[in-house]
Amino acid sequence: MISAFLFRAMDRKIVVAIAILVAVGIFIPVSSVFLPESSPLHVPTYIMQLFGKYLTYALLALALDLVWGFCGILSLGHAAFFALGGYAMGMYLMRQIGTRGVYGDPVLPDFMVFLNWKELPWFWYGFDMFWFAMIMVLLVPGLLAFVFGWFAFRSRVNGVYLSIITQAMTYALLLAFFRNDMGFGGNNGLTDFKDIMGYSVQADGTRGILFMLSAFMLALALLFSSAVVRSKYGKVLVGVRDAESRTRFLGYRVERIKLFIFTVSAMMAGIAGALYVPQVGIINPGEFAPANSIEVVIWTAVGGRGTLIGPIIGAILVNGGKSIFTAAWPDYWLFALGALFVGSTLFLPKGIVGTVQEFLAKRKEKSAAKAEQVAEDEAATAGEAA
Amino acid sequence: MKRPSFFPLLSWCKPMLKAIQLFLVAVSLAVAFVATDLRAQDATPEMINELALGSYDQTEETIKKLAATGDTAIVPALEALSEGDLYVRKADGQVFIVKKSGKNYKLTDPLSGEVAGEEPTRNFEKIKVKNSLRRQIRSVVGGLTLQAKDASTRLAAANTIIKTPDEDAIDALNAAIEKEQNANVLAALEQARAASIIISSRAPEEKVEAITRIKNMGGREALSLLLGFQGQADESLKPQIDAAIESINSDLAMWDAAQNIWYGISLGSVLLLAAIGLAITFGVMGIINMAHGEMVMLGAYSTYVVQEIIRNSAPHLFDWSLAIALPIAFVVSGAVGLVIERLVIRFLYGRPLETLLATWGISLILQQAVRTIFGPTNKEVGNPSWMSGAFELGGLTITWNRMWIVVFTIGVFFALLALLKRSPIGLQMRAVTQNRRMASSMGIRTPWVDAATFALGSGIAGIAGVALSQIDNVSPNLGQGYIIDSFMVVVFGGVGNLWGTLVGALSLGVLNKFLEPYAGAVLGKIIVLVLIILFIQKRPRGLFALKGRAVES
Repeated sequence: MISAFLFRAMDRKIVVAIAILVAVGIFIPVSSVFLPESSPLHVPTYIMQLFGKYLTYALLALALDLVWGFCGILSLGHAAFFALGGYAMGMYLMRQIGTRGVYGDPVLPDFMVFLNWKELPWFWYGFDMFWFAMIMVLLVPGLLAFVFGWFAFRSRVNGVYLSIITQAMTYALLLAFFRNDMGFGGNNGLTDFKDIMGYSVQADGTRGILFMLSAFMLALALLFSSAVVRSKYGKVLVGVRDAESRTRFLGYRVERIKLFIFTVSAMMAGIAGALYVPQVGIINPGEFAPANSIEVVIWTAVGGRGTLIGPIIGAILVNGGKSIFTAAWPDYWLFALGALFVGSTLFLPKGIVGTVQEFLAKRKEKSAAKAEQVAEDEAATAGEAA
Repeated sequence: MKRPSFFPLLSWCKPMLKAIQLFLVAVSLAVAFVATDLRAQDATPEMINELALGSYDQTEETIKKLAATGDTAIVPALEALSEGDLYVRKADGQVFIVKKSGKNYKLTDPLSGEVAGEEPTRNFEKIKVKNSLRRQIRSVVGGLTLQAKDASTRLAAANTIIKTPDEDAIDALNAAIEKEQNANVLAALEQARAASIIISSRAPEEKVEAITRIKNMGGREALSLLLGFQGQADESLKPQIDAAIESINSDLAMWDAAQNIWYGISLGSVLLLAAIGLAITFGVMGIINMAHGEMVMLGAYSTYVVQEIIRNSAPHLFDWSLAIALPIAFVVSGAVGLVIERLVIRFLYGRPLETLLATWGISLILQQAVRTIFGPTNKEVGNPSWMSGAFELGGLTITWNRMWIVVFTIGVFFALLALLKRSPIGLQMRAVTQNRRMASSMGIRTPWVDAATFALGSGIAGIAGVALSQIDNVSPNLGQGYIIDSFMVVVFGGVGNLWGTLVGALSLGVLNKFLEPYAGAVLGKIIVLVLIILFIQKRPRGLFALKGRAVES
């Protein structure tokens, strides 16, 4: 049954995209780590690091696309799930520092020693174990999304109201994580990581593995999302997006459908955050900023919502553009980003991928019509001849 | 090195000296104002010079004589004596207040306060002083200021005694009370006497009345006075003091609550001002204007520009700057809003989530534009004179700028309400809010109404910016700080209903300020956000939801 579920997911585009992701995921780390710098195929480490970050952003955008593009829930709080996943990973990495911190406390992270805390708060227990941290990466964002969604969808909060309260949620979390009393490092966040599973996070080899994991995880998420979207459930999901009341009147429990996709999407965002943190080496409350969540929306919108490849392309393009822009003309990046928001909503409502698809479909239609015309003409001449 | 023997004494007197310094400030002010004073006799330089003669006893006599003149001009000299800054010139017996400067003393005339040049230190001898003299000086100075000509000086003197009551001051207070005409000063004097009696060694019977008086005085000072006395009080007075403390405490709690409500109203009116424009664009057009905060910012920058122009070309108009800035800010923000509506938003009607994204983009562009033009730093926007300072109302301290913002907000609110309820355009706006298609069928040009509404909402954000420039930093990020709160207000209050926005803003403001003392500012805000999120579950359309078929779409 699972194989059938996955088999359905494999249309040509998805297969190509997954193949590209896997190839990139293998080639770039190998070339970066093993090829000499003189080789034309060598990828510098910082490029690999940069693209590793983009891949995690792409995963986040894909997660948002599942709820926004396919279910019509515009979440303005997805960066919160991303950041929570990141914090779970960050807590594991903090516990791995051990006695190498500035204060050399074997258990307490530096900032707790600094704040004169005597023992580890209960919610830090278990984060010294990798498997526990990984479960938390999924569980914490998932649980928050489940509880939040359960309340919101059950009482039929939708449209802009939902967007605004998701924004309120991430804003509240932002304020909360800025507090030193919360026990997550206040506004400095968590940083100065040393090891992940015994390997130094600074080492090229570890970075290669992290890049590879990001690419593979994105490929896996793409496969999973494609399977979900193409399943019977996926059809209902699109039904909810396009005509919520009608779907409800047909007897579907709309709130459950929304809740499922919202929770799954939050977990994907959590994974993205967990992959992001060891690659950039820091997580701080700034990640909860409402502006971040809105930026994720624009990646998705530019790439094409309601398509699965679109958000990936959008995230990489917009962030690549941001990296180039902020280096070359730092003062004008906000103009460009603003124009991107306005332009993509006005002129590219379907995004890049959606527009290309439309264009291709039209051309196909045209050529099909042409072929029909030719066939008819031939038939006509044949008839005349007869 | 041997320390001079009076040093330990000096340090022991520190608190006393502090009190004297307070007097000094009050007195030097008074001296400046009270130029001509009708007195039995003016103090003369000769009398001051007598301070330098001989023994402590003689000095004491001289001080008494000086006190008898009732001339406040002697106060600086006595202060200087008490602090050991009064020196006599060996050559001619002339007395000066000195300040060391290198090897020289800077001389000041003790009576006139005029600078009298600089001379080497060796020409001078210090006039000796001891603690009993200091005490005498303090009561003389206290008595003098208590009978000063200027009522505010007397009041200040009385208040100083209330803060640092002194048994020695009681006689001076009694004398002053007898002569006092001004009711306010009289009350303060009597409180000062009560405070002094409470800490004195007088009989408990006398203290009972004093305690009642202090209780009636109320406030934190009375409380700390009684608390300080509680431990050493006579057994028989204990119940009385406890009752007084309790009564003051409950009074204070009431004023605290009132103060919180005022802060809440003040915060609520700021929220209302920021949200009210949003409420009408959201309500009428169903679009989410994320650039609303930037309209507020534009209004604030308009104020800044107006003030700059006034400063450079017509400084006398500065007190009018806000009044001038109001229409300008309205026009600037309104015009920008109109352009945005015509260029972007009109293509996005019926797609609220897209308007959210597009207006967010516009907000980024506006922010960066302002940053490029005006620079990223905070701009200085001044308060006109009628907006600075504060006044007291019972136990409340109310700053004028907050007060005016509340008044202004109420004005804007009712003006807008009148516009919506009494004008033709208001009628059309309401019609479009309630049922767009029906309104359109009745001949209302809905695109025109939309454009006008958006411009109006933006313009109101602009005048909100004028008000907010008075209490917040004017920077490119000004708008971002308000946008989430404004949305919370609109969503909480309910869409398309100004009264909802009013109630929403005020209740959020008051709730916030009541949570703050218990939870701290940040946690209080988090709690409010969580409460709103929970509230939306119960009432997805806010406090005052529009009812009807058109709403569902």
